[in-house]
Amino acid sequence: MRLAVGIDLVQVSRIAESLEHFGERFLRRIFTEGEIAYATAAPALTHQRLAARFAAKEAAIKALGLSEVGWRQIEVASLPSGACELRLHGQARAAADAAGAADLALSLSHEGDFATAVVVTHVEPSQSPRS
Amino acid sequence: MIEKIRRILKDHARLSKDAETLAEDADLYQAGMTSHASVNVMLALEGEFDIEFPDAMLKRSAFESISAIRSAIEQLTS
Repeated sequence: MRLAVGIDLVQVSRIAESLEHFGERFLRRIFTEGEIAYATAAPALTHQRLAARFAAKEAAIKALGLSEVGWRQIEVASLPSGACELRLHGQARAAADAAGAADLALSLSHEGDFATAVVVTHVEPSQSPRS
Repeated sequence: MIEKIRRILKDHARLSKDAETLAEDADLYQAGMTSHASVNVMLALEGEFDIEFPDAMLKRSAFESISAIRSAIEQLTS
């Protein structure tokens, strides 16, 4: 097995713009019910939380080379402890399994107008995630 | 249709190149479109063409070039 990593950086204000411009449609097409519920539970943090979750999805795509899966198949679940974890569904789950990526480690952060996420996993050596 | 696609790219894709003159097969991600910008492009296309991309089509390759976008729209409107 070898390590695979993905990182992404998202500008929070751009997420806010998308939400303002496209409204509910932006939320429903990209985020799962659970993600929307968590992000909107704290109105002052909604944009940051959505931006961090968007970054997490993109970081997972990079770590696993999942360029052909839908956004909602990659979910950030918030645990009661306050930690977050990635949950994959459908094609994303199948692709991760095929790559031998049993465990996915996720870390999120946001400060000011930026949110970032890092995903680390192990994959079989034959897999070569894109940069 | 191509003109409408180019206008949406100009408004939403945040390309480093001119969407009006970009080759139809040019890679939009290479031209500076981020994944978040591609989502905005997708939502704007839905509004413009009165379509809805199913989840299965919400993938990177469907929006990688002007011609790929045209094919995706044609698939939904045929």
